[in-house]
Amino acid sequence: MTTKEATYTYALRLGDDALILGHRLSELCSRGPILEEDLALTNISLDMIGRAQALLKYAADTENNGNTEDDIAYRRAENHYYNHLLVEQPNGDFAHTIARQLLISVFEYLFYTELEKSRDENLSAIAKKVTKEVKYHMQHAIDWTIRLGDGTNESHKRMQTAINDMWMYSGELFEMDEVDQYLFREGVAVDLIPLKAHWQNRIQTVLTKATLVTPEDGYMQTGSKKGVHSENLGHILSEMQYLQRSYPDAKW
Amino acid sequence: MHNEHSDAHFQLRIDNGEHIEPKDYMPEGYRKHLIRQISQHAHSEVIGMQPEGNWITRAPSLRSKQILLAKIQDEGGHGLYLYSAAETLGVSRSELIEQLQSGKAKYSSIFNYPALNWADIGAIGWLVDGAAIVNQVSLQRTSYGPYSRGMVRICKEESFHQRQGYEIMAKMMKGTKEQQDMAQDAMNRWWWPALMMFGPHDTDSPHSSDAVKWKIKRETNDELRQKFIDKTIPQAELIGLKVPDNNIQLDEKTGHYTISEINWDEFYRVISGHGPCNKQRLDHHIKYHEEGAWVREAAEAYKQKHLKKELETA
Repeated sequence: MTTKEATYTYALRLGDDALILGHRLSELCSRGPILEEDLALTNISLDMIGRAQALLKYAADTENNGNTEDDIAYRRAENHYYNHLLVEQPNGDFAHTIARQLLISVFEYLFYTELEKSRDENLSAIAKKVTKEVKYHMQHAIDWTIRLGDGTNESHKRMQTAINDMWMYSGELFEMDEVDQYLFREGVAVDLIPLKAHWQNRIQTVLTKATLVTPEDGYMQTGSKKGVHSENLGHILSEMQYLQRSYPDAKW
Repeated sequence: MHNEHSDAHFQLRIDNGEHIEPKDYMPEGYRKHLIRQISQHAHSEVIGMQPEGNWITRAPSLRSKQILLAKIQDEGGHGLYLYSAAETLGVSRSELIEQLQSGKAKYSSIFNYPALNWADIGAIGWLVDGAAIVNQVSLQRTSYGPYSRGMVRICKEESFHQRQGYEIMAKMMKGTKEQQDMAQDAMNRWWWPALMMFGPHDTDSPHSSDAVKWKIKRETNDELRQKFIDKTIPQAELIGLKVPDNNIQLDEKTGHYTISEINWDEFYRVISGHGPCNKQRLDHHIKYHEEGAWVREAAEAYKQKHLKKELETA
């Protein structure tokens, strides 16, 4: 493995998380519980697609074989996407959307804060921008988790169910494979192992404040770093890639 | 001197070109007219999120997806300030939403048409927002202060939308044969409904006369429609789109285009509820509003709980 190859994969993974979560959130347009929330969720989606564009462009530049960020975003097969399983999970009810947002945005806040120190100047620059955005995403998810957890009996029950349902996708966030290890040694990537304790602390604090129970770690789903996904991703891609795949000669 | 709370004094202020502000005296008819018009405008922004939202998940590039997301967000934002402007007239947002969902309040009939291919996103920006701007530019001078100020802000954003819509159409007309066909198909379906957005001919417009007297409406339906036609036909020709009307002529003397008669049967049919998407749009709004009820209740319960705690510790 060369630094170039590893960096390409690394940028792709981060870009795919933003691309797929941005897509999921964009599905919620005109479906929010109140207009303000509709706008908040699509605004987060917009941040995500912007982040995906920056990271996939960096991947394309690193690969340097004439592909653009759009080719990368729209023309890969399902098993060449490397987003975490968590972000491709369906929106479900509003509690599931918020639970997914809570788990991922707390992780991303910690992750991108570390990535700011990367020796790779491009990743570091992107990370500085992302940290600012994701701080808001995290605060939004925390506020809603507390409101729903400590709201009515129904909202409490729904929020607890949602956290429980999403929990098995959280383990994957902290897996280090050979790409992570190689780039960590190079001073490029983030060491995920020490992040886990910080993440657990923060999540537990929020859940406790929300009068919710932090689930025990049970079996954790895995696979995305090798391109093995849940059934959800294929449906996302069939929608997302529709025009690019149906009219391969067209420029949009 | 006139009594400040008389209709005559109010009309004098209007005639002097003054803005009417929320706490000022206004005749009941003026208030009612404004609530109807502003809320209809707000509902249009919100319902308009649906046809455009239909293409977000299929937007063909990262850039176009960001532009579309940002545009729809703007529309939702316009909905918010228009609801706030309506609230200054003594009606709550929940009442307004109830009126929308019961069918008592209307929204722009244009959104009862479906967005069927990607070029529809271009056509909606270029033609629908384009028609809306002509109307809204005129409304920047409307007599009710909060509405007028809202319009100034909205117009700035809408002119971006129109340019972006036109850019999509232009790009597709320069593209493959299939893209050109999509663009022309969208043009064929949106042209006439866009012209209908200005409402019936002046002679058939039920709300026009008071609205003109009160300077809520500054130009008539037909004047505004003509402005849009004159501006849009050359834009279509420039990128090679055919306007779906064989009788278009430019009157050299007046500089105005003449067009065929609009199909008013279709206009009244769609307004009365029988357009392709009337039922779908309202059902969608009601479905997600109802599905969100538990979230709104939870937010309210949380607020009350913590308000109580604060009071107890104060």
